[in-house]
Amino acid sequence: MRRYAATLGAAGALLGLTYLLPAFQNYQLATVAAYLCATAGLTVLTGQCGQLSLGHGALMATGAYTVALMQSAVGSLPLSLAAGVAVTTAAGAVIGLAAARLRGPYLAGVTLAVAVVVPGITTMFDDVLGGDQGRTFYLAPPPFGYDFPFERWQAWIALTAALLTMLLLGNLTASRYGRAFRAVRDDEVAARLCGIHVARTQILAFVVSAAAAGLGGGVLAVLALSVSPGAFSLTLSLFLVMAIVVGGLGSLAGAVWGAILLVALPDLTARVTEVFALPPALAQRLEGNLPLAVFGITLIVVMILAPGGIQGLVRRARSLLPPVPSVNRGR
Amino acid sequence: MDRLVFLTVDGLSRGAVYATMALALVLIWRGARIVNFAQGAMAVAAAYVAHSVTAATGSFWLGFAAAIAAGPALGWLVERLVMRHVGHDRPLNAVIVALGLVLLITAVLGIVYGNEFRPAPAAFDRTALQLGGVPLLSPYDVFVFGTVAVTVGALALLFTRSRVGLRLRASAFAPEVSRLLGVNVSGMLLLGWVLAAGVGALAGMLIIPTEFGLHPNAMDRSFVVAFTAAVVGGLDSPAGAVIGGLAVGLVLSFVGGYLGDQVTPLAIIVLLLAVLLIRTDGLFATPAARRI
Repeated sequence: MRRYAATLGAAGALLGLTYLLPAFQNYQLATVAAYLCATAGLTVLTGQCGQLSLGHGALMATGAYTVALMQSAVGSLPLSLAAGVAVTTAAGAVIGLAAARLRGPYLAGVTLAVAVVVPGITTMFDDVLGGDQGRTFYLAPPPFGYDFPFERWQAWIALTAALLTMLLLGNLTASRYGRAFRAVRDDEVAARLCGIHVARTQILAFVVSAAAAGLGGGVLAVLALSVSPGAFSLTLSLFLVMAIVVGGLGSLAGAVWGAILLVALPDLTARVTEVFALPPALAQRLEGNLPLAVFGITLIVVMILAPGGIQGLVRRARSLLPPVPSVNRGR
Repeated sequence: MDRLVFLTVDGLSRGAVYATMALALVLIWRGARIVNFAQGAMAVAAAYVAHSVTAATGSFWLGFAAAIAAGPALGWLVERLVMRHVGHDRPLNAVIVALGLVLLITAVLGIVYGNEFRPAPAAFDRTALQLGGVPLLSPYDVFVFGTVAVTVGALALLFTRSRVGLRLRASAFAPEVSRLLGVNVSGMLLLGWVLAAGVGALAGMLIIPTEFGLHPNAMDRSFVVAFTAAVVGGLDSPAGAVIGGLAVGLVLSFVGGYLGDQVTPLAIIVLLLAVLLIRTDGLFATPAARRI
């Protein structure tokens, strides 16, 4: 019940925020929401069930391309997004079946292969998928008249998807399935002795997280109004892993931090480089690469020094504060 | 028939290089139980060093030598500065840190050299010599086979015939016991990383001229192929890595030659999944004690 209230509260606050923010910031908020679908799904898979996937960028691509094709063929957004989730769920089930038999680095390797190889499939069927150029598609204008800002409409779509994902995944991880995930992560043998079907649990985690990634990819496509293989490269998959690790593995709140970082960090590094008047050639090289470097260093440093990520630090800071009632009683 | 011969030779030549890269992965896996996902990026970094040295001196071979020196140096840095500080309470930690290295190395290369493709010349002519009207080996293929054979032979000698090799194997299999017997286990771990990075750099130098050119992400796909090769051979077995590399090279060459180049990416995934689903630990791994 508390979770539904929190979701409603968040929805209200975000709705108000979309009216306060200018168009570009609304677009960024929408992008955070799109990433949040994927990072939340990956958090359930990696943080809670202990399976690392480097292929979630490719799963996002699956959702995005499905939405693009459906938008061109049918044109109904809810239907397109549902189809995107359905197709990605099926893809996730296939990979999940294999994943349930694989451990640690082997699973990482297989999903890495998916991440590297899947963008190439777009050139295999370039008459349908548009090759390297990708595809653009049409999105119907908001049903509130033409003076309603398009970015606010996109933000509403993305935030709805993200809140729905967070609510469903929150319910799932609090249920007995969530407990089974964590049991499998911590000790497979012990989990099996408790009567948990390990393979089935791992497949469930993969399918759920793939569906979330597919929704995220579909929403990302709705934001860009186009899809292309370049948007879903290996780097995206690595970024998603970076986001959940730095945000804090294991809790959905960490996924929120991660999604915010994914949008904020490149923006921040761009602003920092703008401050120094650099020669244009160097500035151009820094633009794409500096965020990568910052992400890479952050990932290494966090992994070595603060494996709990941002959410871990937040939790530690909160436990340092004296609990309120005992302070009153002490006086 | 001509085509079959050509594809076989080409597949074996590419496979030999994949085998070298796979061998680098096996070296680190045996020593530290880490799959070094940054192996490809480290090899690209070494190749860029070669590019710079060649541009400065005008000599291809000086550049080649510089890459073979830069690879181990980078391996040394990575082990000392990063990998030895990673907690081992979860097997995923090292994988994630290696991914951070991938991001960092590609970014630094992109900042220093730019993200354009640069030409990467091959050491020798790559057009195949005719033998009785049938195109067979190219001089480059001969160079590749020779280099890989010498490398594999030298590693085999090192591991089976030298005192250092014995210590390396001992500290990989029983670190605690080896430490008690006076083996410098941490030094051996470092040596493993240095050796592997050197072998990886060599593989990068052999493979990049056969692809599109030099680029910060030039080894992404080759790394996946090499990982497939290592898994086919079982991550634990150096001989398996060589056999796996040759097998994967042949499969990809035949798929590319008979079904079209666009299909090879899919073939990599299918092959990897097929091997892993049949034998979860690869085809040539010795089965470990069964867990209940």
